[in-house]
Amino acid sequence: MSDFLFARSLMGMSLAFHIIFAAIGVALPLLMVTAEGVYLRTGKPIYLELARRWSRGSAILFAVGAVSGTVLSFELGLLWPTFMEKAGAIIGMPFSLEGFAFFAEAIFLGVYLSGWKLLSPFVHWLSGVLVVIGGVSSAIFVVTANAWMNAPAGFKIVDGKITDIDPIAAMLNQASFHQVIHMVLSAFIATGFAVAAVHAFFLLRKKDDAFHRAALGIALVVGCVCVPLQIWSGDLSGREVGRLQPAKLAAMEAAYRTQNGAPLVVGGIPNDDAQTIKYAITLPRFLSLLAKRDPNATIAGLDQVPRSDWPNVRLVHWSFDVMASSGFALFFLSLTVALLAWKRRSLPDDRWLLRVLVAAGPLGFIAMEAGWMVTELGRQPWIIYGIMRTNEAVTPMPGLAVPFIIFTCVYLFLAFMVAYLLRREFFRAPAPGERQTTTASTRA
Amino acid sequence: MLELLIAAALLLSLIFYAVTGGADSGGGMWDLLASGPRRDEQRNAIARAIGPIWEANHVWLILIVVLLFTAFPSAFAVTMTALFIPFSLMLIGVIFRGSAFIFRKYDSPAKEVQGRWSTLFGAASFFTPFVQGMILGALATGQIRVSEGRVATGFLAGWLTPFAFACGFFALALCAFLAAVYLTIDTKDRELENDFRFRALCSGIALAPIAAAAFLFAKNGAPEIFHGLTNWWAIPLIGLTSGCAVVALVSLWFRKFVAARATSIATASLVLIGWSAAQFPYLVVPDITIHAAAAPAITLRLLLIALCLGGALLFPSLFFLYRIFKSNQ
Repeated sequence: MSDFLFARSLMGMSLAFHIIFAAIGVALPLLMVTAEGVYLRTGKPIYLELARRWSRGSAILFAVGAVSGTVLSFELGLLWPTFMEKAGAIIGMPFSLEGFAFFAEAIFLGVYLSGWKLLSPFVHWLSGVLVVIGGVSSAIFVVTANAWMNAPAGFKIVDGKITDIDPIAAMLNQASFHQVIHMVLSAFIATGFAVAAVHAFFLLRKKDDAFHRAALGIALVVGCVCVPLQIWSGDLSGREVGRLQPAKLAAMEAAYRTQNGAPLVVGGIPNDDAQTIKYAITLPRFLSLLAKRDPNATIAGLDQVPRSDWPNVRLVHWSFDVMASSGFALFFLSLTVALLAWKRRSLPDDRWLLRVLVAAGPLGFIAMEAGWMVTELGRQPWIIYGIMRTNEAVTPMPGLAVPFIIFTCVYLFLAFMVAYLLRREFFRAPAPGERQTTTASTRA
Repeated sequence: MLELLIAAALLLSLIFYAVTGGADSGGGMWDLLASGPRRDEQRNAIARAIGPIWEANHVWLILIVVLLFTAFPSAFAVTMTALFIPFSLMLIGVIFRGSAFIFRKYDSPAKEVQGRWSTLFGAASFFTPFVQGMILGALATGQIRVSEGRVATGFLAGWLTPFAFACGFFALALCAFLAAVYLTIDTKDRELENDFRFRALCSGIALAPIAAAAFLFAKNGAPEIFHGLTNWWAIPLIGLTSGCAVVALVSLWFRKFVAARATSIATASLVLIGWSAAQFPYLVVPDITIHAAAAPAITLRLLLIALCLGGALLFPSLFFLYRIFKSNQ
């Protein structure tokens, strides 16, 4: 493998881990304040215990997300110095705002964690809400910076030099809106269903455990509310990608030829040389319908793009299919859960449903990772779409295999430890006595 | 003018990082070096002092890097290219310091498990500020050269010099000193207080020979800094810095811990101010100046607005956090 490929792998690997840590770090506080909110309204101590449990999970994820985020902000420069040299002045703005949002999140998480006894219940809950706002805002800002790489805006190029910089226009680029919505929702969905899976697993063992029932209820509400919105935002994203980055949409659908009434292509094995796809399921005219709202519309194929500017069609197409199918699986699961809950006016707890929820636990994260593969691999060979190629931006540093191997091991270690510690926190239902003492000590 | 204001904000962030995040690193060092009959009590006191505020302290580092790449993108590109190796090492230190601390807190309370995380946390707390000191030193050596916007001196220039190592050791001693001074205030127990007072005195006294060594190495190793420190304004500044350090040590001796904290913070701030004044106007000596590396005015102006608004929001919140946190102890 070349140093260039190691640079890309290192960046991709760091992002792949960070996105999980960060997504849980953004979404778990929402579950936490929801639980505390329910406690404040109902006074049921079980929700307070739940909020405490989730606050400890948030603390672990926030710390790990903070260090993996630090690594990323340095890696931007370590691996892609030429990119940062050109782009820093244009997209530094959202990164700076992200820094402040992150700072606010860190401060109020500190307040939340150490303020259980010192603050009035409402102010304590409010500091938790600020943690959620800080986390969501930092996600928003950092995604606008990524969106700019897909839809560069806010500058002009005159004689090969960047001029007329407008950082606000860069931040409000055309890809920002749909990317931000899609990312934030996916964080809530992935975390919601993963947490639901954990508690469903315990309800399979002990059906009437009130603690796990309460937890499952909150996690399912968050997950099930967000999934239909995500289907809408996914549709919007698809149309916007078709408009802004036709090569990416063509790769997502392995559309080699420009067609009127283009079909939606699911699965199969794309072959770049033959420019065909084998063994795929095709839904006639569906791509035109989805992307342009017209079954006969023309969809640009990869034949409109020079071969040297093609992304990796196989990976982008397969990633897109993995994302979309995981998303739709969760959509149907959400519908089922909502329907059952509405009919019975209570938490659906059939054994088969709990089993399905356990199995669906990783789906949100799978969809999230696959979605990022679509966005990032689909942009290649560009680091700034249509402006700068990724291989022009890479560091001259040789031997990048070494940091790649070291950081991979470090991240695997972090992921293992986070999983192990969350298991300690979540997999342990509190014994009745323990629950009594914790609530007693908080009330004291 | 704008670029100078941003550069000042950068220096200010560096000072905040040193006196908060740096002190957290120092805490990790004393954790690893905990000894004597009150070993566990020392460790507990350190863990309580760092508690859930180290992330907030750590964010200064992120702010520094973001300010650097937004306001001085070409300096950022050069720095990250030439110092790829020490920055990567620093990141590994940052990862283990942060994660080991939080893992220790949430992992099993069993002694051997806690001990393992303590060792990792402590080792990373030594390693990280040492490398950070080396990096700052390397930027001042004048050995990182740039031609036509590209680094011309490879990946080993600057940071493997005696001057950079001296800066690394100075950073270590400074972090250890700040941490020990803060800990004298954080603890109520008289004997524990004495432990940290002794450690503060030792590390504070150690600063003097290390600073002298760095100064001597600077003559050949970082001539620009050496030259800067022999300017007319340098004598009173060095005098003031040493004066603060001496007052801090005397206050420690007489158990005036609040005064010791104020003067030790002043010492650390003055060291960084003096270093940046000596290096002015260079970001990377001798090819990249603050002025030449600055982003277009519109970026700087917006950044400045963001800094003011962010500061107006952050400082009251940060103050609130520290108050809540201290009254919790």
